[in-house]
Amino acid sequence: MKPITTLLCVLGAIATLPAAAAPGAVLIRNATVHTVSTAGVLEHTDVLISDGKIAELGHDLNAPAGAEVIEAYGKPVTPGLFGGLSHLGIEEIGIEPTVDDYSLKLGSMRPEFDVTAAFNPESMILGVARMGGITFAMISPTAEPGAKGSPGGTIIAGQGSVTQLDGALAPKTHALFVDVGGDASALSGGSRAAQFMLLDQAISEVRSPKAMLPNDQRLLTPAGRQTLQEYLSGTGPVVFDVDRASDIRQVIALAKREKLHAVIKGGTEAWRVAPELAAAHIPVVLNPLNDLPSTFDGVGATLENAAKLNRAGVKIAFSLDDPQPHNIRKVRQTAGIAVAHGLPWEAGLAALTSNPAEIFGVASRNGSIARGRPADLVLWSGDPLEVSTLAQRVFIEGQSQPMQSRQTLLGDRYLEKLRAHAAR
Amino acid sequence: MNRAVSLMPGKRWPQALGTLILAALVTACAATPAKPSKSDKTVEPTASTQRAAPSELYPSTYRVPQNAPTLIRNATVLTGTGTRLDDADVLIVDGKIQSVGSHLQAPPQSRIVDGKGHWVTPGLIDVHSHLGVYPSPGVEANSDGNEATSPATPNVWAEHSVWPEDPGFRTALAGGITSMQILPGSANLIGGRSVVLKNVPSVTYQGMKFPGAPQGLKMACGENPKRVYGERNTFPSTRMGNVAGYREQWVQAQEYLRDQQEYEKKHAAGDKDAKPPKRDIKLDTLAAVLKGDIIVHMHCYRADEMATILDMSHEFGYHVAAFHHAVEAYKVADLLAEQGVCAAMWADWWGFKMEAYDGIPENIAFVDAAPNGCAIVHSDSDEGIQRLNQEAAKAIAYGQRVGLTIPPERAIKWVTSNPAKSLGLLERTGTLEAGKMGDVVVWNRNPFSVYALADFVFIDGALRYDRANPAFTPQSDFTLGQPAAAGVYP
Repeated sequence: MKPITTLLCVLGAIATLPAAAAPGAVLIRNATVHTVSTAGVLEHTDVLISDGKIAELGHDLNAPAGAEVIEAYGKPVTPGLFGGLSHLGIEEIGIEPTVDDYSLKLGSMRPEFDVTAAFNPESMILGVARMGGITFAMISPTAEPGAKGSPGGTIIAGQGSVTQLDGALAPKTHALFVDVGGDASALSGGSRAAQFMLLDQAISEVRSPKAMLPNDQRLLTPAGRQTLQEYLSGTGPVVFDVDRASDIRQVIALAKREKLHAVIKGGTEAWRVAPELAAAHIPVVLNPLNDLPSTFDGVGATLENAAKLNRAGVKIAFSLDDPQPHNIRKVRQTAGIAVAHGLPWEAGLAALTSNPAEIFGVASRNGSIARGRPADLVLWSGDPLEVSTLAQRVFIEGQSQPMQSRQTLLGDRYLEKLRAHAAR
Repeated sequence: MNRAVSLMPGKRWPQALGTLILAALVTACAATPAKPSKSDKTVEPTASTQRAAPSELYPSTYRVPQNAPTLIRNATVLTGTGTRLDDADVLIVDGKIQSVGSHLQAPPQSRIVDGKGHWVTPGLIDVHSHLGVYPSPGVEANSDGNEATSPATPNVWAEHSVWPEDPGFRTALAGGITSMQILPGSANLIGGRSVVLKNVPSVTYQGMKFPGAPQGLKMACGENPKRVYGERNTFPSTRMGNVAGYREQWVQAQEYLRDQQEYEKKHAAGDKDAKPPKRDIKLDTLAAVLKGDIIVHMHCYRADEMATILDMSHEFGYHVAAFHHAVEAYKVADLLAEQGVCAAMWADWWGFKMEAYDGIPENIAFVDAAPNGCAIVHSDSDEGIQRLNQEAAKAIAYGQRVGLTIPPERAIKWVTSNPAKSLGLLERTGTLEAGKMGDVVVWNRNPFSVYALADFVFIDGALRYDRANPAFTPQSDFTLGQPAAAGVYP
């Protein structure tokens, strides 16, 4: 007989629900609070959540009348994690065009394409990711070439923005996504050199309207010029998806020349350019698991990429490479593996919290824990970077998130069936 | 009682084992013939040469190197049989596990490994890999995993696509992988024969080929075949078309086999006019499945499709060793267990296509919990194969969440003995029982952790990976001179 027990396991944290719970007030007792700020790690600390905010951090805090009290037994509390760059809310199921909205294939360069207009806060994936401790993420478009003679995208994939995992898009967090490198050559007439030629032309259409080409030779629409103008004035990050060291150097030069707020995404060979990236204050959003030359742009792939970039003073954040959003909860594992390969543990947690919050302009809301800030918190069953750890409780803006998803509903339904069978 | 074991081609074992023992003892004898007798000068292909066991063709040239005995002392040992031994020793002699226990004596000139604080497991086995057939770098020129030009290609053999210089073999070794099944892709209903490789460096795939391992047959359900061919407006474009496609093939195979058997009967009776059926290398493969010589591994996501496939296997009288991917295995865990079918699964992949929409992270734990269930953790990924132990760790945690408590000594079976069983190799590897291949991993800690790293990997008793000395393992030719050789850094 297999060990099929009859109770859901509560994994240690036992919540006491008072009879008349005051909406919103929660006291987490005796947690190890990783603030991911200069305040460091606060041992044996109570966290009081009230009115959506972290009302108090301290010892022996009193629970307000009606507050839910959670005994943490010293377990870690961290800021909610960053889910990386993905098609969250714009790709419900892979390879199904009716629920995939991440790619514009009009054959023309349209930086004004803003994928957040398609964002579906009801996506089942949000609930799955929340249960993995993810509370904020960057929604990003992807440029794809056209199939067999039909138009495709261009190297400017369009814009995305940060969303909170309760489904609220974060205001003023738009970013522009640009593809560079060998895998983007199909979007730029067959050569990566043309990627920089096309970017130069688009920039000059914005910067030098008088020298502009006739209409039929322009890359951008008036709306596109307006959009690009904003990024050229540094209002938001321009995320370059690029891996090869020489291409990263080109991006660094472009960013310097045009005063772009550049971010490197991918960055498989970024470690080889680490001092230049650090000097240019260009952060890198990487998947630290890349250790194989999946393309010739990544022949320098190494599991020490994150550790080397961090050591050189480059700000790093983690994201899966594959923009499919279903398993973005795995980003936590990538941080643990980076730590196993030389990254300090604290830097691993920062790459999931404060660093991405700073890179994408939501540091006042996300990524660290301090009194008075919105309460986006996760209580973990153990080391948050460990694969055997699960999120026990998740709070977004002080709201306790249901630890339920379509997946848990499926699991519960079929566990019943399995138990009935085993009992036969 | 498990049919996956009972249906193994039992007759071949003594011969295969004999070949291996011979190879181990007489390592210089590179030309040890695997075929029983070549003394007769028959040139004309007979039915019996047509049916030469797959392992005898394109034979393995892998030989176990001479190696000093190894004694690993005072480690936490997960044997792969469901047992955990604390503070235990593992002794490997002549490439084989000699014993596991306490206070073992080291033979003269043994290599001694201090296992204190370390965990020892059987070498990990991945039943679903495309290393070598979809190698790194992923260039079109080396994309050799899917013969997607016809929905039924039982004539192709994955081994003929394997590029041994794929740097992914080496990174998998660092993750403790000692054996793996390389499969064709899933574009076709019947994708072709698989090959089991030992994870040793070699210029040729024959130098990696697991001696005497049965071949597998890759088949695929669902979306992939119907999408690949449906988009071309050719057959099949529906799931019912998929099933009709398999059945047409099995009917042909049955006829082919019957013709062969009739010929053999006549030939044996001295009928000189008897002619063997025209040789067909597609039907050779399928007939070998019907005879139990080739093991079926089937890509299948949905529960209802798995049930259909099982009915089809009854219709034609063969056994499905394992459903691969099987994201809905948890819905039919009882059915799979009853029929002795393993499910090879990911820990947490889901949603990347419609047939993966119902994936849940408790899948592995549920399959494991069914009485006589056979859960396997597989990768189908050059990244995932590097850390099957961590995938298993996730499955343990998700099982725990719903009250299924799975100790490490049980979970290790998902990546060792259960895959070995599905490959027909459990009598040779997959556990640390005496007499089995010396395929052993020494971990720096409990392997079910994100921080776990393999310190040493032994294959047939030979040290193949030493974390403290990465240069000990040769680089693939491809990575030589490249900016960062896979896994080794300036």
